[in-house]
Amino acid sequence: MKYISEFRDPSLAQALAKAIQRESDPSNHYRLMEFCGGHTHAIYRYGLKDLLPDNVEFIHGPGCPVCVLPASRIDQAIKIQSKSDAILCTYADLMRVPATKGHSLLKAKAHGADIRMVYSPVDALRISQQEPDREVIFFALGFETTTPPTAVIIKAAEALGLKHFSVFCNHVLTPAALEAILNPPDQQINVDGFIGPSHVSTIIGSDVYKPFARQYQKPIVIAGFEPLDILQSILMLIKQLNKGSYTVENQYKRAVSSSGNTKAQMLTAEVFDVVDQFTWRGLGELPDSALRINNRYKYLDAEEKFPVEMTVVSEHKHCLCPSVIRGRNKPLDCKLFAKACTPENPLGACMVSSEGACAAYWSYGRFKDEAAFQPAPQEVKIYK
Amino acid sequence: MTAFSPYAPLDIKHGKVNMAHGSGGRTSAQLIEHLFKKHLGNELLNQNNDQALFEIGAGRMVMTTDSHVVSPLFFPGGNIGSLAIHGTVNDLVMSGALPLYLSAGFILEEGFPLIALEEIVISMARAADFASVKIITGDTKVVERGKGDGVYINTSGVGIVPDGVHLSGSFAQVGDAILLSGSIGDHGTAVLSSRENLEFETEIISDSASLEGLVKIMIDKTPSIRCMRDPTRGGLACTLNELALQSGVGIAIEEKHIPIKPQVRAACELLGLDPLYIANEGKLVCICPAAAAEELCATMRSHPLGLDSQIIGLVTKDERCFVQMKTTLGGMRMVDWLAAEQLPRIC
Repeated sequence: MKYISEFRDPSLAQALAKAIQRESDPSNHYRLMEFCGGHTHAIYRYGLKDLLPDNVEFIHGPGCPVCVLPASRIDQAIKIQSKSDAILCTYADLMRVPATKGHSLLKAKAHGADIRMVYSPVDALRISQQEPDREVIFFALGFETTTPPTAVIIKAAEALGLKHFSVFCNHVLTPAALEAILNPPDQQINVDGFIGPSHVSTIIGSDVYKPFARQYQKPIVIAGFEPLDILQSILMLIKQLNKGSYTVENQYKRAVSSSGNTKAQMLTAEVFDVVDQFTWRGLGELPDSALRINNRYKYLDAEEKFPVEMTVVSEHKHCLCPSVIRGRNKPLDCKLFAKACTPENPLGACMVSSEGACAAYWSYGRFKDEAAFQPAPQEVKIYK
Repeated sequence: MTAFSPYAPLDIKHGKVNMAHGSGGRTSAQLIEHLFKKHLGNELLNQNNDQALFEIGAGRMVMTTDSHVVSPLFFPGGNIGSLAIHGTVNDLVMSGALPLYLSAGFILEEGFPLIALEEIVISMARAADFASVKIITGDTKVVERGKGDGVYINTSGVGIVPDGVHLSGSFAQVGDAILLSGSIGDHGTAVLSSRENLEFETEIISDSASLEGLVKIMIDKTPSIRCMRDPTRGGLACTLNELALQSGVGIAIEEKHIPIKPQVRAACELLGLDPLYIANEGKLVCICPAAAAEELCATMRSHPLGLDSQIIGLVTKDERCFVQMKTTLGGMRMVDWLAAEQLPRIC
């Protein structure tokens, strides 16, 4: 896999790990938040923590779009599907996301709702063309990366004159989440620097982060998702923190420019408006944090087409996700973790998808916290 | 076939399955005679009774069953017919058994083309022949259009475990070696890549195969083998977790020793799947005493279905029964059970 395996090279990883060891100041503690779930996943999947000194700590941020989608929106999708008897098209990782009362899209499907898993928004469009008499709704979600493709199908639906196609829009905005982390109600920020979004930044560019770095005096390094990207970004952050600087640096130059993908930005602006308030699982209500389909394309908005009553949902009172996402607590601090809340039965945002902080910790990292039983890793003999 | 056949000929080329094919009447008999028995027939199946009568020799018997609902029915490297034989034969031989006889239960959907059914049955016949097993009894039911997905096949099988062979997932001991017979993830990604809405430039071929030949030389060479298991649904990760739990031990593997084909790795990368959790249909995991591992690995590599065999790790002491993996970058991670279905209906 050219252009991927190069960024997973073990000897380069070891060299970067040594450079990080050299650069890190033992008297300092570096609390680095990786914003994206993709980074969280890579950190655990490659066991990157084992390559780093103990005083470099990862704080797993809110950047997993599936995790931050609140139960009320899943409820709403189920109601809309039921009201319209539509074919609801969605990504597979959304199927298990908990709605209220233990419900989910997966369970709604088992009860007879026509919910289909798709790999791309274009699949939903194709289903609509194949079944012109049925309403087809695409459950759109994600940060800025997945928004332009949704804009594309909305415009295509109009061009094709599809009569029974609509989109349930749940696209959210990265800067608003960053603001929520950096400017919490009690002003307690437990993060020293950010491993900045990867794919999101290919769309929105690296300049967007400059006001945050300046105002909150935190360094931000835009980083790719491969392990070498992450290690190099950590080195860049530690260097900045040691110098006391707080600029935006771009490690992921092979994909991210300062202004981003302007064509995609224009496409998004053409189809969507920013909504005043949107509720995030784990972060609560955030202003200017999500998009809705604008007036021009309103007739393709499933929420407008099939209005349903919204449920008011409060999160589990013992769920620590809001403070896990903000770096104040670790998954193990939560009473629900691994007891009431597991990947099979997730209660909080961080357990919902494998990219969430709690799920990643459960699936990849929990063996480390019961050191009493831990066998020393033994070298496996190679057969030649 | 007998010289005199009371059954009217079957138009396989243009015909489709209809409700009468499952009625038990003349049309059912026609389908059995001209399609199933034509390709699968043998002296036991041809007894024409509702059950097959056979002699059993000395030794212990094993029995297993497996239902197959793969979608799509035809995929690169096989189809539901060959898969239905391989799946059940492999479940038998993982016990060290010599596979003998299979049953085959077909659930057919009204409207399914007979020519496609024949292709599936021919694949079954070839796969059974290759594995030296006989299909000795069967059943056919037809469901209305829209109530099935073309064809579902259940196969059950029996085999005889030779004296002196004792394999069980509960026999793994701390310090034992873990061997894998080749690359992982081929079957699951092959099935996925043949679904209509996914197209890859490189064809990925399923590894679907019967492992009785490989198992036989392994047991002959290394009688001290503790256990064998085929990592089908849930992939290598779930099989290792099952074995760890069954034996009350931990398992430590090394990522760099696990063979994965470049095209499988690329497909998994693209779709966000972990090859450790993808199904295989022609691979086995084996645990044996460490001292015997290298010789066993060489034996496995001498067989066409074990050319890429590797020692991938060892059994550790861990009361929590965790499976851990040293990553290619040198860090450690857990290899947990699969939390949910990664890919639906791959076998």
